[in-house]
Amino acid sequence: MIDDGKPIFQQIAEQIENDIISGALPEESQVPSTNEFAAFHRINPATAGKGVALLVDDGILYKKRGIGMFVASGARERLLSRRRDSFHADFVLPLIAEARKIGISPAQLVQLIATEGEAP
Amino acid sequence: MTETTAAVVEIDHLSKRFGSLAALDDVSLTVRPDTITGLLGRNGAGKTTLMQTITGQDFPTSGQVRVFGEQPIENAHVLSRISFIKESQKYPDDFKPKHVLACGGWFYENWDADLAEQLVEDFQLPVGRRLKRLSRGQLSAVGVIVGLAARAPLTFFDEPYLGLDAVARQTFYDRLLADYAEHPRTIVLSTHLIDEVANMLEHVVVIDRGRIVMDEPAEQARDAATTVVGPRGAVEAFVAGRRVLHREGIGGLASVTVERLSPDERRNAEACGLELAPVSLQQLIVRRTSADPRVAAEQEVLS
Repeated sequence: MIDDGKPIFQQIAEQIENDIISGALPEESQVPSTNEFAAFHRINPATAGKGVALLVDDGILYKKRGIGMFVASGARERLLSRRRDSFHADFVLPLIAEARKIGISPAQLVQLIATEGEAP
Repeated sequence: MTETTAAVVEIDHLSKRFGSLAALDDVSLTVRPDTITGLLGRNGAGKTTLMQTITGQDFPTSGQVRVFGEQPIENAHVLSRISFIKESQKYPDDFKPKHVLACGGWFYENWDADLAEQLVEDFQLPVGRRLKRLSRGQLSAVGVIVGLAARAPLTFFDEPYLGLDAVARQTFYDRLLADYAEHPRTIVLSTHLIDEVANMLEHVVVIDRGRIVMDEPAEQARDAATTVVGPRGAVEAFVAGRRVLHREGIGGLASVTVERLSPDERRNAEACGLELAPVSLQQLIVRRTSADPRVAAEQEVLS
């Protein structure tokens, strides 16, 4: 689950974000503790803590003293809007670049997307 | 874990010579409290000598070692807080693991007999068999159990798992992480199995031929290098003027490992159609410690 490409703490933060987006971690629910993340991913607890801290600074998670970390209300919508903003750079541009490389025209690409998008 | 917290180990210009051999050559290093540090390097690089000097089992030829702010040699105040698990620990001939574990509480203030018992079960260690009848892996398990159950404020594991199979090693890593999370302490882990421990480390120290060649946070070490792959001409143009750690190629393709790239440089490379591949900690260390510098220079000329 952890790969070499990105800082581990960033990957931890992204996985928590994904769980919030998917609904696996609903708003106002408690997220696992830093030590639980560390044990699950087999990483240093300080690294896991750094990933969680990233989301706390961001206002996605908040701390209840003596209890643990919780998902802030409104977190899901904020994450969704941020992901939509970066969709262009993260997915559309690489898709177009790859299509161009192998000779798929923009029109064909649109056609492909329309067909796939309609599929059940 | 702030910067102001006193270092657990402070080493200042330490050298250790055995005759003409410089086992440690002007080593300066600090170990911060409550971290897991990886002490990595090739066989004979000086890892064990360094740990022996820190734990007061060897005299420095020159330089200074301070542990918990004091010099460690014959210093009970310091040594009682250290656990040093060696690759091949010697025991009295007739000892059985249960004797070793019974001793734990005499020497270590924080000894946890329940944890030891749990670990005996985890590693399926026959506690009633004589130590010299144990397999290499079982003997290693004894060391690992002592090192963990001692909960010493400063713990060294020097290649603790000779003969332990992959399952038992994973058990060791899991128990180490879990117990460290519950009872933070300073751990130094010396190993060849870099990929297996890389994600557990907070700090990485690499020693090569008696010198420290890397001393940085693990997170930083993880992206200290990148491999650039693509058509030879494009790769060479991109890496021109950079410090090359490694170079290989096949046909018109080149794969060149260079030091850290900035986000801008990464985008730039991708825009040029080059692929960027991460370099694992293990690969990075192989690149930095394998080659004789002259050989590396020659390879550059040849390629």
